[in-house]
Amino acid sequence: MAMLSFEKKYRVRGGTLLGGDLFDFWFGPFYVGFFGVTTIFCTLLGTLLIIYGAAIGPTWNLWQINIAPPDLKYGLGLAPLAEGGLWQMITFCAVGAFLSWALRQAEISRKLGMGMHIPWAYGMAVFAYITLVVIRPVLLGAWGHGFPYGIFSHLDWVSNVGYQYLHFHYNPAHMIAITFFFTTTLALAMHGSLILSVTNPKKGEPVKTSEHENVFFRDFLGYSIGAIGIHRLGLFLALNAGLWSAICIVISGPFWTKGWPEWWGWWLNLPIWR
Amino acid sequence: MLEYQNLFTRVQVRTAPDPGLPIDETFGQRYGTGVFNYWAGKLGDAQIGPIYLGFWGIVSLLFGFLAFEIIGLNMMKSVGWSPVEFIRQLPWLALEPPSPEYGLQILPPLAKGGWYLIAGFFLTFSILCWWIRTYTRARALGMGTHLAWAFGAAIFLYLSFFFQPLLIGSWSEMVPFGLLAHLDWTSAFSIRYGNLYYNPFHALSIVFLYGSVLLFAMHAATILAVSRLGGEREIEQITDRGTAAERSALFWRWTMGWNATMESIHRWAWWFASLVGFTGGIGILLTGTVVDNWYLWAVKHGVAPAYPAQNVLTPEQLEALRGQYPSRLDNGFPTYIVPAPTTMTDSLAAPVDSAAALTAPATPAPGGTP
Repeated sequence: MAMLSFEKKYRVRGGTLLGGDLFDFWFGPFYVGFFGVTTIFCTLLGTLLIIYGAAIGPTWNLWQINIAPPDLKYGLGLAPLAEGGLWQMITFCAVGAFLSWALRQAEISRKLGMGMHIPWAYGMAVFAYITLVVIRPVLLGAWGHGFPYGIFSHLDWVSNVGYQYLHFHYNPAHMIAITFFFTTTLALAMHGSLILSVTNPKKGEPVKTSEHENVFFRDFLGYSIGAIGIHRLGLFLALNAGLWSAICIVISGPFWTKGWPEWWGWWLNLPIWR
Repeated sequence: MLEYQNLFTRVQVRTAPDPGLPIDETFGQRYGTGVFNYWAGKLGDAQIGPIYLGFWGIVSLLFGFLAFEIIGLNMMKSVGWSPVEFIRQLPWLALEPPSPEYGLQILPPLAKGGWYLIAGFFLTFSILCWWIRTYTRARALGMGTHLAWAFGAAIFLYLSFFFQPLLIGSWSEMVPFGLLAHLDWTSAFSIRYGNLYYNPFHALSIVFLYGSVLLFAMHAATILAVSRLGGEREIEQITDRGTAAERSALFWRWTMGWNATMESIHRWAWWFASLVGFTGGIGILLTGTVVDNWYLWAVKHGVAPAYPAQNVLTPEQLEALRGQYPSRLDNGFPTYIVPAPTTMTDSLAAPVDSAAALTAPATPAPGGTP
């Protein structure tokens, strides 16, 4: 049994959202549950479809395998399998797997008597993905506006779509998203370093305390946000990185069709300058 | 659903501010006694200050201020010292690096990049002094120096934007000081070297950047979810495991079959965040020095497909893509020689400088016969 020394007393029944006791069991270290079954179904089907797409595609080169969305001419309709139909099915499987995963996290949180922060946080990432491959294509009227599934092909998509708007760095929501990404990483480095430096102190010193944590950051920056605060801040920053990523792409096309540098004209033409 | 989620502090305690653990105040001292702020207390600790300032901190702030002023005054000058235009055009204003004809000249004329180099030097000096603070403040409290080395990774990335131009042989490659200007630089740099998305170290850096955000979301959400059980007291949970640590571990074990521990999650955090800067810096240092065109590099190594038709280049055009600086030696340190002035030709799909070099064979192209 792949159980930790303290694990047995936590493995109790209950907390499921759906299916009652039917799937309330573990497989090795994994909790199963109803949503575990739907997760594995969607994941397996989606992965097999990707492999099938690779098999009928031109290459087995891992970097170049590409499952492209349908041509724009198919609009929001279904496309033939080899012409984007696979992409549509894989997208459907991916959304199913991601949502199942989030609900499974909710069941496990309930079982362990924990808050719902993790499924909500994961939900933000799923929302950003759905924005990319469902919401924006629907707003633009064609599945062909989704991004292709492939290691380098999706980078090409990012590059090309960016230059369609001349210079994506001028997208204000993109600026905010990047700022949140970098700030989250900065905060993570500071938090991780702090905990490690307190529990792994100078040679020969005893492990330090939470008082040292606070005093270090007050000495260093004049403010210490504190043990609970850093986790609230970290969650806030990380979720905003995802949220603004979704915003920056969904406004590109549906709500702004010109180059992003042009968007800044409003600032230069404010009446206050006269 | 909306049970206890602990997103904000509901009850705040007020007492005398914490003056901080005693430290040696020979070379600096703590300033202020600490004040309380209600809104800071909603999210985290309500106490602001005191702050320690010693020799290196003061030097750092001074040089940082000087760099800031040099940049700001140069921007002011560029709009004819008009305060209104300064604010209006601020996003577009910039202090630009020296232009290519100055190569690696130590001090070009002040208005033509000299101020840029001085500001860059002051800013770098300021950052290095601030690094000393990360080290000495930790040691003053008997703590480990993990933050100093994580900051070191960020400084490595920062310095690679100095060493890459140094290796290329021209200050003109450096990043301008300006809001939109540094974004323009980012795009121009990427395009000039064949799209940085094909740079594997750029890819790694982004993986670690996104990974850091993912890790922090996972970690922070986990801790908040067990804060009912005191999970945010991580030192205690690490040294004497409680039910908060056990449930956090089991949550991920049951979810993904595997878990970190209360301590090791912070090692993951440290490595992911530090590797953003470290791999990013390597990616910058390789660009234009070892690899001239990341797209062609990726095609050569079977990573990217070769797009037909529109990218069939003549040998001359391929040579033009090898790099911006025509006098690169075959086997030596790249040097920069001013290309002879010439009329531009738009018949070549090549970078401007290289096109100029092609039509000006005054200097024999040493890299021409590989």
